[in-house]
Amino acid sequence: MTAYLATGVATVSAGETFAFWVLAILTVGGAIGMLLSRKAVHSALWIALTMVSLAVVYLINAAPFLSMVQIIVYTGAVMMLFLFVLMLIGVDAADSLVETIKGQRLAAVLVGIGFGLLLLAGVGGLTVNEIKGLDAATSQAGGNLEAVAQLIFGRYVLAFEVTSALLITAAVGAIVYTHRERLVGKPTQAMISRARFTSATAPRSPMPAPGVFANHNAVDTPALLPDGSPALDSVPAPFQVEEARTFTTADGRVITAVYPEGDDK
Amino acid sequence: MSVPFGLDPGWLILLKSLVIFVFLVLVTLFTIWLERRIVARMQMRIGPNRVGPFGLVQGLADGVKLALKQDIIPALADRSVFILAPIISATTCFIAFAVIPLGPTVSIFGTWTNLQLTDFPVAVLFVLAIASIGIYGIVLAGWSSGSTYPLLGALRSSAQMISYEIAMGLSLVAVFLYAGSMSTSEIVSAQQNVWYVVLLLPSFVIYATSMVGETNRAPFDLPEAEGELVGGFHTEYSSLKFALFFLAEYINMVTVSALATTLFLGGWRAPAPISTNWEGANSGWWPLVWFVAKLFAFIFVFIWLRGTLPRLRYDQFMKFGWKVLIPVSLVWIVIVATARALRQSANVDSSSLLVVVGVILTILVVLSFVLDAMISRRMPREIEPEPEFDAFAGGFPVPPLPGQKLPTPAASAQTISSTGGDSRG
Repeated sequence: MTAYLATGVATVSAGETFAFWVLAILTVGGAIGMLLSRKAVHSALWIALTMVSLAVVYLINAAPFLSMVQIIVYTGAVMMLFLFVLMLIGVDAADSLVETIKGQRLAAVLVGIGFGLLLLAGVGGLTVNEIKGLDAATSQAGGNLEAVAQLIFGRYVLAFEVTSALLITAAVGAIVYTHRERLVGKPTQAMISRARFTSATAPRSPMPAPGVFANHNAVDTPALLPDGSPALDSVPAPFQVEEARTFTTADGRVITAVYPEGDDK
Repeated sequence: MSVPFGLDPGWLILLKSLVIFVFLVLVTLFTIWLERRIVARMQMRIGPNRVGPFGLVQGLADGVKLALKQDIIPALADRSVFILAPIISATTCFIAFAVIPLGPTVSIFGTWTNLQLTDFPVAVLFVLAIASIGIYGIVLAGWSSGSTYPLLGALRSSAQMISYEIAMGLSLVAVFLYAGSMSTSEIVSAQQNVWYVVLLLPSFVIYATSMVGETNRAPFDLPEAEGELVGGFHTEYSSLKFALFFLAEYINMVTVSALATTLFLGGWRAPAPISTNWEGANSGWWPLVWFVAKLFAFIFVFIWLRGTLPRLRYDQFMKFGWKVLIPVSLVWIVIVATARALRQSANVDSSSLLVVVGVILTILVVLSFVLDAMISRRMPREIEPEPEFDAFAGGFPVPPLPGQKLPTPAASAQTISSTGGDSRG
């Protein structure tokens, strides 16, 4: 698009130029906002803005299918999954700067440089070669959608199938890793209820919800009891970590929660 | 007479946008009144009947009252996102209606134009895309409120809408296959002879189920289950911001109904007895009447469901989406695609295809009955004996459950002495 503008092709209308500058500011602004945000959820929102703006760029450049897929897949599914995880575990602590995968940073820099070169080559090619435009390129197939379909299910069908096999393998792998074999049957709602009411010690009332009266709403933050001490059993078992955690309450007091060790989780 | 899209003069585009906006707001006001009256009738009440004729203006009065209430932003809320969330919800729900065809080509002030703001080759995908952005409004509202119930509501809603969007998208594939297009106006014109609800009934059933899940309406209104989550994602919202969510919910209902009308009920086309006896039923401004009638038929079903069915339990609801709707629609797509391919390339005509399919299905059904009979003969079904009722289980007196009988006093005295001590702890 930049090259398109830079070469001064006569077909660029005033409306397209205007749309480009609006979208360019939104896209780049979203990317910068993502880098500068302190909260993880804000970062996710900024990048969602970038994705939607890119989708609009695709739309006005005669690639409607790519645009819709960009929104449905990236904004609607991938980013939503990110948000879901961020909200569920309440990531608001500072990121750890320790490299968990060895050589990850070097690899990231190399791949980044490679991507930059690829981008330069692509954009450079646009300025050298004559621009046909997407409409002209896809008219032979009978439209944008048909052209995409012909390429995916025709020329690139093998790559497409291999990619889908890879994705399915990854999904199955994730399920296998998190799957645990059941030794006994799953208790039904009636069984749980009966067990609770026939036990002498289990509380009859609902368990306290996490985050109530605390300064955070994440599930790993315990609720506060009326005397100001944390209600440890309000945090679901997987989030009851071994080390002591401190929380600030709404009125500024600092609370420390220590879970008893050796608790079966 | 057909006019290509994208050639309308500027004033006409503005006019159409304005009309769609006003139409959606008016439909919302009317639907709120309709819902309250119909649900009231179903519950043997009268419903609003004071403001205006038949209480018609009640929605407007309530809207003004809602807007004038105090606007509260909780101290722990994330302010910018808290304000952004209802705006996202309310704006996205209007956008999707731009690609819904309300009628054929008509003349507006001497300019021939389609009764549709715009259309493009992937218009139906556009509706899905906008719906997926709309989820952000709900999710962000829950997160930014800084409170537990909204967060739970938002988590539920995002999981629910993502799951049901898959089933919804799959149910549309069969329509795309038959119409040969994803553009809404072309799908309507492809239904000239037979509506897709007849041709693709399973797709319609799946779409109709998932559209209730997608709009968070009863019996799938788990994100705002008031018995469990107070108000769900909008618990902390008040005044105009709450009104925006309210508006978005109703407009989403209208949009999915309009999409269902377009994809399965022939869009603006007149129903069979009218269109066969009256030539002009499908031209001019008349189709708008059929479209609105079909739209309100769907809205009535939405209200009917709300008045009839209790809310599902969350895990049952998710199980239904993932383990019933999605597999069934996948199988159905395979069937439709196979039938299409056979008819197009192998030149099999539809009646012989139906006969073959019928024979195979009959064999399968008979086989399953035979197998069932053989298995049940080999393994007599064991009837689990009902555990004897223990009135003092764990040392506390408990009332009998339905179907259980209170034991005789002598027996229960024995139970206390035998189990009194050991079941504690």
